[in-house]
Amino acid sequence: MRFETPTSVDQAVALLAADPEARVLAGGTDLLVRLRAGQIAPSAIIDIKRIREMTVISQEDGGWRIGAAVPSAEMNEHAALKADWPGVVESADLIGSTQIQGRATLAGNLCNASPAADSVPAMMAARATARIAGPDGTRDVAVEGIPTGVGKTSLEKGELVTSIFLPAKPAHSGDAYLRFIPRTEMDIAVVGCGISLTLDDQGKISDARVALGAVAPTVILSQSCADTLIGTAGDDAALDALAAAASAEAKPIDDKRGTIAFRKDVVGVLAKRAAKIAITRAGGKTGGET
Amino acid sequence: MPKDEYTSRDFKVVGTRPIRPDGIEKVTGKARYGADISAPGMLWGAILRSPHAHARIKGIDTSKARAMKGVKAVITRADFTHQPEDSGMADILDNCMAGDKARYDGHAVAAVAATSKSIARAALAAIEVDYEVLPHVTDVDEAMKTGAPVVEPGRQQESVPEGYCENVTGRSQYGHGDPESGFEQADLIVERSFKTAATHQGYIEPHACLATLDSDGQGDLWVCTQGHYMVRNVCAGVLGLDAGQLRVTASEIGGGFGGKTHVWMEPTALMLARKSGKPVKLVLSRDEVFRATGPTASSSVDVKIGMTSEGKITGATATYRLQAGAYPGGIAFLSAMCGFAPYDLENVRTEGFEVMTNRPKAAAYRAPGAPMGAYPVESVIDELCQKLDLDPLETRLKNAAREGTRSSYGPTYPAIGLEATLEAAKSHPHWSAPLGENQGRGVACGFWFNFGGDTCVSLMVNPDGTVSLSEGNPDIGGSRASMTMMAAEELGVPLDQVRTIIADTASLGQNEVTDGSRVTFAVGLATIKAARHAIEIMKERAAMTWGIDPEAVDWRDGAAHPAGPNAGKFPPMTIKEIAAIASNTGGPIAGHHEVNAEGAGVSFATHMVDTEVDPETGAVKVLRYTVFQDAGKAVHPDYVEGQFQGGAAQGIGWAINEEYIYGDDGRLQNAGFLDYRIPVASDLPMIEPVILEIPNPGHPYGVRGVGETSIVPPLAAIANSVSRAAGVRLTSLPMSPPRVLAALKAQ
Ligand SMILES: Cc1cc2nc3c(=O)[nH]c(=O)nc-3n(C[C@H](O)[C@H](O)[C@H](O)COP(=O)(O)OP(=O)(O)OC[C@H]3O[C@@H](n4cnc5c(N)ncnc54)[C@H](O)[C@@H]3O)c2cc1C
Repeated sequence: MRFETPTSVDQAVALLAADPEARVLAGGTDLLVRLRAGQIAPSAIIDIKRIREMTVISQEDGGWRIGAAVPSAEMNEHAALKADWPGVVESADLIGSTQIQGRATLAGNLCNASPAADSVPAMMAARATARIAGPDGTRDVAVEGIPTGVGKTSLEKGELVTSIFLPAKPAHSGDAYLRFIPRTEMDIAVVGCGISLTLDDQGKISDARVALGAVAPTVILSQSCADTLIGTAGDDAALDALAAAASAEAKPIDDKRGTIAFRKDVVGVLAKRAAKIAITRAGGKTGGET
Repeated sequence: MPKDEYTSRDFKVVGTRPIRPDGIEKVTGKARYGADISAPGMLWGAILRSPHAHARIKGIDTSKARAMKGVKAVITRADFTHQPEDSGMADILDNCMAGDKARYDGHAVAAVAATSKSIARAALAAIEVDYEVLPHVTDVDEAMKTGAPVVEPGRQQESVPEGYCENVTGRSQYGHGDPESGFEQADLIVERSFKTAATHQGYIEPHACLATLDSDGQGDLWVCTQGHYMVRNVCAGVLGLDAGQLRVTASEIGGGFGGKTHVWMEPTALMLARKSGKPVKLVLSRDEVFRATGPTASSSVDVKIGMTSEGKITGATATYRLQAGAYPGGIAFLSAMCGFAPYDLENVRTEGFEVMTNRPKAAAYRAPGAPMGAYPVESVIDELCQKLDLDPLETRLKNAAREGTRSSYGPTYPAIGLEATLEAAKSHPHWSAPLGENQGRGVACGFWFNFGGDTCVSLMVNPDGTVSLSEGNPDIGGSRASMTMMAAEELGVPLDQVRTIIADTASLGQNEVTDGSRVTFAVGLATIKAARHAIEIMKERAAMTWGIDPEAVDWRDGAAHPAGPNAGKFPPMTIKEIAAIASNTGGPIAGHHEVNAEGAGVSFATHMVDTEVDPETGAVKVLRYTVFQDAGKAVHPDYVEGQFQGGAAQGIGWAINEEYIYGDDGRLQNAGFLDYRIPVASDLPMIEPVILEIPNPGHPYGVRGVGETSIVPPLAAIANSVSRAAGVRLTSLPMSPPRVLAALKAQ
């Protein structure tokens, strides 16, 4: 097995294009675990942490570009990023533990393509895009376009994600991510929900994005959930409708981490609780009557 | 039972909290655990395991593996040519290396030794096993049904009445009086069924050993175990070796909690070493630890208790069905003995059924059988208290066993501490603290026998007057500290003058396993007596020097003194002075003691816990936890508190999230700490330990074992707390969020 440390995106693309069995290594918190467990045996490991542009967080068009090798611990220390997208930063802050977060990346969380990945619903809700470099150049793809199934992505041969872009946050907007785990940390989401929304001048929700994690083979970006919020002030009736829509959208399985009935129930509970936080962050009030 | 050992005294060392002697080595990473030792020319062992829950092994082709470069030995059951006569030994052999069939997912079927780990792994992949898959059963109630797949026919004992499935291998019965007439006197009877899942001891260090075994039958084994004498005896029995030719040394141990009181793979390492002619290191992966070593049993229990409206229990019965795993044996009898042990009952009957299933052989786990013995009983008592509007502590006090009570399992108790723990609980501020919405408070009592057993200790007075103490029990809970303290106390010397080591099997006589909470009690007793033996010798030497009768010499403060004015006027001789001239007064000085220690002194605890239940998700948060337990005498209170807290922490895991999850295919689905959810630090509140000291008459200092009782009450205490918080009685463990939410919705 070869270990490669390219210093430019072009070098990385060339290495990947030349060897279909090669794997990208970002933080390694998924990759190395699978390697040691004997689940994968790549011919080469392409470490992207020496590629300078992939290790920085920078402002762009009022939004934030986060390099694919940036560990979540750095995002957590970035006050301005956190002020704009607290839900996304908090979602990454839930990953594993302090030690894991010293390594784990958003892009790795996305490309690992687990339906339970914590940052993915938050990124989807935030309309994040992934910049992809490959032999044919560079393209930007909405985050929801990357995972295609459990452990599968839409990346082509020779392609890798170079950064994640969080767009400029509209005025009166707020986002939130909540997950359910049976313990308080070091666990995998049984259910997750990311919500981002914008209020109009009257305090009514004018735009909303709701993403549901761990209740289907890929994270669900739910229009029907968003519709229960849009045009309302996030009153109790709207939140109940949101919970019902989330439970209806969820297509979970029974497994060692939870039952179908449990996941369907709890996804509604989390949607409601996340919506309340997002509304408060957007400057609105929750819990009122219609 | 000897009752004359205890005399009250003022302690100088015992009861203080000195720094632990193994601390620096451990925090600097120098301590050597099972996998930390290597030998020149060493090979790596690896084990091939069955992917099937139950399968006949029709053939194993190892030719490809044997032909691989770097592979020095490949073994299957055919290499174990010695067939042990004893059925227990034969079962251990079969568990270490499957014979005609694989009995559970993870059962060893072959093993290799190779020059590297990766070659060993590749060699395993090259072994071809021809399996005929058989129907399997992994649930204890299913396994008892007529027509269930039989794990091994012909193992049923005579104690099992006719008509039971062959998987039921044993039945035990305890109690006295007539429960039926007792129920007639009751104002309320509650009858319920309960289930608990199989749980893992959760030790951090996987099993590991380094073995050599030469063609002349001489061998050495370095191993992570709770009992290296047991390992020696079992390996000798399984392989047909002389115990005296096999020297076993215990490594430091990263936890065991009962999981390392058995032999799972050491004979395999020895056989690989014999066949390859090289030292072989064998280290299990976490996955192997889960799939192929023993968790504790899962259980299915029926309990019926009758109570008067004043809270007196009039009649009680319980039937325990415990899963023994793939071999006969089991611990249902212990559940049946322990369940009602805290109470003074006129009419009580219990029975236990040992049931074989296609799971790994169940192992001991901290007070084996007692937690699932107590959980159903304490739950039903709590429900009776709720329904009769009675105080759960007062009700337990009303029924509490005390000195002279005939226990539910037979013996009559000497002085015991149950009432003291209940009284301490009643007067603790925790009991009267307010509770918020969705919160509940639970209490429960627990009992454990404690154990003594075969013990040898040697205490050497060195030429410079320092003391070397050898004991034969791996130090899991701080026993080196406690032994050092007891030796220093008895000799009257400063603590730093004594060092305690764990001797190998060739250096001391037989010692029982570190289990049954026996070590501080039994090895402590032997240490005190070995010190007394050395003191007698030192008194003789002083008497010889002074030319007086040894009877006329006293020992105090680390020195010999003339007993009184009549004995003569001599300045005291210190241990240093006596040691310095030992060569001239008769030779080296050493004390020793060998005993089958009796009088361990039973132990009781009461636990109190507050939880909060999230009514929308079923998540349980443990808010506050207090442990009240009788320690007899706390030799090193830090360690005693650690035992109280550790048992409660493990109990919290068992109660709320931990379980072995088997699929329909009979395979274990959560063989690792990600999905086998032991509590993490942030899941736990501060667990407050309250030490009670009711001296054990069977120990010179009054010591009782403390290591196991602390895991007996938590399952019920937490279940009672959650049931009160949720407003619905929970009868199945773990009380994981899906279960709690389903119970809330079913209301
Ligand atoms: C103890 C522990 C706890 C964990 N807890 C959580 C948790 O709570 N929540 C959660 O969501 N996850 C958790 N994880 C999983 C993991 O930490 C996250 O998925 C993390 O975000 C992965 O990031 P990484 O940079 O380490 O990815 P890596 O392991 O480096 O890569 C993951 C996968 O993505 C590919 N990849 C990485 N970067 C790129 C790229 N730029 N372009 C293309 N492909 C790429 C890799 O080839 C690999 O297949 C946990 C892991 C561990 C070990």
